[in-house]
Amino acid sequence: MSDMNASLTYEVHAGNIEQGGSASAALKSELRKMGICEEQARRVGIIAFEGEMNLLLYATNGGTLKAEVTPEAIDITVEDDGPGIDDIDLAMKPGYSTAPDWALNLGFGAGMGLVNMKRNSNFFEIHSHTGKGTLIRCRLNRRKNDAAD
Amino acid sequence: MKFSDVSILLEGQILFDASAGSDVIDKAYAADLLSDVLALTEERTTLITGTISPQVIRVAEILNIIAIIFVRGKRPSQEIIDYAQRLDIPMLTTRKTMFETCGLLYANGVRPCKNRTADE
Repeated sequence: MSDMNASLTYEVHAGNIEQGGSASAALKSELRKMGICEEQARRVGIIAFEGEMNLLLYATNGGTLKAEVTPEAIDITVEDDGPGIDDIDLAMKPGYSTAPDWALNLGFGAGMGLVNMKRNSNFFEIHSHTGKGTLIRCRLNRRKNDAAD
Repeated sequence: MKFSDVSILLEGQILFDASAGSDVIDKAYAADLLSDVLALTEERTTLITGTISPQVIRVAEILNIIAIIFVRGKRPSQEIIDYAQRLDIPMLTTRKTMFETCGLLYANGVRPCKNRTADE
């Protein structure tokens, strides 16, 4: 296990579809270089990818994807400044999606984004206020017996 | 089954084959929606998809997908093929539908990858 501490931040620009997923792929690659095991890097990659695509597809001004690595955990934060989510419980329901047709044509809108982020986390929280923005925090424990389900 | 044999079976066109010969194709998962792929695929597998957005290859990178089969005659951009080459993920395209592709592969010994359903 890597004992390295690191903080990695990526700015995600709204609507920049071509680049969608590149920050997450870069993050996964960085984690592997730091000695994070494949399984943990994969889970972080999934969390980051879903967060990145949400910023790109839905956030008014894009947002920030951040990963903090310590020997105990990897904390991923996804933050934007709007438009916010009206009904978080509904948004967390597997299969629920508000993706427009153009996003479906690109392979998005399965309604599994937030679900995927939660599934791959040991700790997950989401705060959102309509008109103000959304903050998602995911933690992946690095101790061997704390694997996410 | 070797990747080249898969291509023959599906009357496909290889877009890129792995430098050292691809892994044996013995498991596969088929979907067009990438979050389904991210949600439901649990191990190294071959992806069968009709989606050719740039995110396909990034999902493949994150999940350690070992090969990609594009169905319905879909052909990704050269940029995606170049990206796959850098990652050494072999790709082919076939004019067959997803259903037919899955049927042919299943009949020739390829099995579903370990996965879970949306409500698990």
